[in-house]
Amino acid sequence: MKIKKSAMVGTLESSDIQISITQNDSEENVILLESPVKHLFGEEIERVIDSVLTQYQMQGVVVKAIDKGALNCTIAARMQAVIYRAIESEIDWELR
Amino acid sequence: MYKKTYIEGNNTERKRSKLADNLEAAIQASGLKNGMTISFHHHFRSGDYVLNDVMATIAKMGYKDLKLAASSLATIHTPLIEYIKQGVITEIHTSGLRGELAQEISGGLMEKPVVIRSHGGRARAIEAGDIEIDVAFLGVPSADAYGNANGQSGKGICGSLGYAQVDALYAKHVVLITDCLKPYPNMPASINQKNVDQVVLVESIGEAEKIASGATRFTKNPKELLIAKNASEIIVHSPYFKDGFSFQTGSGGSSLAVTRFLREAMVAQNIKASFALGGITKPMVALHEEGLIEHLFDVQSFDLDAALSMKENPNHHEIDASLYANPHNKGAMTNQLNVVILSALEIDTHFNVNVITGSDGKFMGASGGHCDTAACADLTIVVAPLIRGRIPSIVDAVDTIVTPGSSVDVLVTERGIAINPRRDDLIACFKDSKLNIIPIEDLEKTARKIVGEKKRIQHGERVVGIIEYRDGSIIDVVKEVK
Amino acid sequence: MERLRRTMMYVPGNNPAMLADANVYGADSIMFDLEDSVALSEKDAARWLVYETLQTIDFEDTEIVVRINGLDTPFGRADIEAMVRAGVDVLRLPKTDTAEDVKTVEAIVASVEAKIGRPIGSTKMMAAIESPLGIIKAFEIATASDRLIGIAIGAEDFVTNMKTKRSPEGIELLSARSQLVVAARAAGIAALDTVYSDVNNEEGFKAEVDLIKQLGFDGKSVINPRQIGLVHEAFQPSEKEIQEALQVIMAIDEANAKGSGVISLNGKMIDKPIVERAQRVLELAGISGGQHV
Repeated sequence: MKIKKSAMVGTLESSDIQISITQNDSEENVILLESPVKHLFGEEIERVIDSVLTQYQMQGVVVKAIDKGALNCTIAARMQAVIYRAIESEIDWELR
Repeated sequence: MYKKTYIEGNNTERKRSKLADNLEAAIQASGLKNGMTISFHHHFRSGDYVLNDVMATIAKMGYKDLKLAASSLATIHTPLIEYIKQGVITEIHTSGLRGELAQEISGGLMEKPVVIRSHGGRARAIEAGDIEIDVAFLGVPSADAYGNANGQSGKGICGSLGYAQVDALYAKHVVLITDCLKPYPNMPASINQKNVDQVVLVESIGEAEKIASGATRFTKNPKELLIAKNASEIIVHSPYFKDGFSFQTGSGGSSLAVTRFLREAMVAQNIKASFALGGITKPMVALHEEGLIEHLFDVQSFDLDAALSMKENPNHHEIDASLYANPHNKGAMTNQLNVVILSALEIDTHFNVNVITGSDGKFMGASGGHCDTAACADLTIVVAPLIRGRIPSIVDAVDTIVTPGSSVDVLVTERGIAINPRRDDLIACFKDSKLNIIPIEDLEKTARKIVGEKKRIQHGERVVGIIEYRDGSIIDVVKEVK
Repeated sequence: MERLRRTMMYVPGNNPAMLADANVYGADSIMFDLEDSVALSEKDAARWLVYETLQTIDFEDTEIVVRINGLDTPFGRADIEAMVRAGVDVLRLPKTDTAEDVKTVEAIVASVEAKIGRPIGSTKMMAAIESPLGIIKAFEIATASDRLIGIAIGAEDFVTNMKTKRSPEGIELLSARSQLVVAARAAGIAALDTVYSDVNNEEGFKAEVDLIKQLGFDGKSVINPRQIGLVHEAFQPSEKEIQEALQVIMAIDEANAKGSGVISLNGKMIDKPIVERAQRVLELAGISGGQHV
C-alpha cells in the first residue's frame, strides 16, 4: 500500500512510542529507531515495526520511531494508527 | 610540671587555631605525597563542592597517582574524569558511582578496577587497615578554628556526619573544610578537635538546597503506594511486629511510603518501635515526634527535616558508619535490627540483588547499606516494581550481585509477593494470608511475558569494578561495557 | 455467584503506561475509556491502543469494560467493531437517553459478532445515564437488551442539565440515584454510581460511598487506584454480619438435609429475603458459601 501523506502518532511519555511515517525515495522501507532500551529490545522493536509494515503491505516508507520503553502491543497499535492516518482509509479488518 | 607560660606571648592565637590560609596551604601542610590515599564523604550528595575544589587544587599542585577513598560519589563529581585521565587519581574506592563518571569507568577509563564497598564494609576496611587514609578532606557545615565540627548548623546543613566520623578517627591527617567558622567551642562536636589537624575556611562547601533538599516527598504514584501497602502488610503480619520492634527503610518511593502505612498499624495496635536506623527521613521523624519510635539512629540525614530533627530531638542520635553496620566491630546497630525495607535495580529468582549496575551493565547506583542491613535484619524485604518502563526488575540472573539472595527474605512487587524458600517459617506464617504470595519464578515469567525477551548485556573481558561484600570477600566483579 | 462490581476503574484509553498495569490495583472491573478522556484528534490512536493491549495483556479475572464514543459521533461505530473484535466483556454506552439508543448499539454489536463468529450475545453492555430524560426512562433503558449487565449514573452532565452543580452532600443527585437504583433492581441488573473527582478528599469520598451503598448501589466508578481500597472496605461486611450470614446458610443446609420445609434460626423463621441478604453478605466478604443454596 502507498501512503497519501506523512503522518505521526503517539507521545514522548514514558511507555509510549512516537512514530512518524513518510514516503521514501526508493521502494525500500527504512526504520529509524531511538530508544533508551535499544541495547535490550532494539531488534525486537524493529521486528514489530517491520511485521506491521509487512502485514499492511507497505512499501517505500520511512518510519521514524522515538521509543520511551513501549511494550510490543503499544508499538503495534501506534504503527497501525499511523499507517491508517497515512493511507487515509477505513479500517480493513481482513488485514489485521 | 604544668607551666602556664607556654600559651603566653605572640604564639597564643596560633596555638589555639588550626586555621590554614587556604586549601593549597592545607594540602601542602598535610604532607600529602604522590601515591597516597585521600578520602572524602558524601553527606553533601549532589550539592557537594568540596571534593571537586580539593581535587582541582591537588591537580594544580601537580600530584599524581593518588588513591581516592570516598564514602560515595555523586553526579556532581564528573570532573574526576579529567583527573583520572591526567593520572592524578589512579584508584577509586567508593560505595557508588553515578552519572558520566560511572559511564566512563564502565567503559574502561581506569586501569585499576574500582572497589565498591557497602557502608559497613568501608568502615570495616578502614578499621582493619585495608584502606589506610593518609589525608581526609572532610567538608563540614560548621566548625570552630580548633576543629570541632557538626552538620547541624551552618549555611547548608546535612545533619549526621556519620560517614565522615570514621575518616576523622582513622586518617593520619584530617583537614576540615567549612564555609561557616564558629567561635570556640562549636558544639555538638560530631567531629572533635582531638582528631583534627587543620581547618580551612572556603567560600562555599556546596549548594544548600542540594545538600539537604526539602522534605522527602511522599509518593503519589499508585504503583509505589500499592507496593508500599503490601510491604507494610507483610511486616504487620510477621512475627516481628510487636512492641519494641526496630526497622529501617531505604530512600526509594515505595520504601519511604512503607513508614506511613506502618504508622496506621502501629497506632491501631498500640505498638511502638524501639528504634529506627540508617538513613533518616521526614516520615521517620514524624513517627518519632509522635512517640511511635523511641530512638532514631542516624548515619545519614536524607532530608532537611531529618537534619533539623537531630538538633531538636535528644533521642535522634548521630551514629558513625562503623557503629551503624561494620560487621567486624564488637557490635553494630544493624545486629539489633528486626525489619529492613530495601529497593533494588534488579533481583533474580535466587533473590540476589543488584543495586549497582543498570540494564546496560554500566555503573549507576550505590551499594550503600544494602548488604549490611539485609544480612542482619530478621526480616529483609525488597520492594521493586516488576517492570520499569520496559526494563524488568525481576530477572533470571542479576547482572551484578551486591546482596546475596541468602540474606533476602521477601520480595514485594505490584503483581505479587515472593517469599524466599529458605524461610519456611515465613511461608508457614503467610500460608492463609489474603496477600498474593507466589513463587518468585512466576514473577519473573510474568515480567518476561509483558516485556518480551531481552538481549543479554554484552560485557567485555576487562574487569572495571570489584564488588566487595561487607566482610571484605569479593562477591562479584563488573566487566567493562563499551 | 454473580460477579462483584464494587469498583469500576477508569483508565484513559490513550495512555500506554496506565493500560498495561490497569489490573494490579484490584478493581473488580477496569473501564478503558475511548470517550471523554481522549482528545478528538487521538480517537483512532486510543482505539488501536486498547485493541492491541487487549490482544496481548492478560488481565486475568478482571472484568474488561470499554467506554465507547456515542453513535452520534464519527467514532462510535468503529469503536464498537474494534472492541467486539478485541473480545471485551462489556461495552459501556455513554449518554444513553432512550431504549432505542441501546437497541441501535446492540444491532451493530450483533452484526460484528456474526461476522467474526463470536457467539451472538456474548458481548455484554452497560448504559450510562447522564440526562434527566435518561433517568425518567431508566427502567426502559435497563430492560432494552438482554446484554445489559448494569446501568450507571454519570453525574457531571446530569447536574448541568438540572441547572445545578455537585455538592459535598449530593442532595442534587438524590432523586436521580434513587430512581436509577430502583430501575436497575426492577430490571435485575447492577446499579453503578458516578465518579468522585476530588481524589485528595478521602473523607468526602468515603461519605459518598457510604451513601450510595445505603441506597442500594452495587458499586462506584473510580478514577484513581487509591479509591479502590476505600470502596472495598466500605462494602466489606462486618465480622458479625458474616457470622450471621454463615449461620443462615448453615441452617438452610441443615433443613435441606433433613428435608424440612420450614427453616428457622434461633427461633426466628428464615424467609427468602433473609437468605438473599445472607448470600449477598458472603459474596461481598469473598466467601464462597453464597452460592450453594
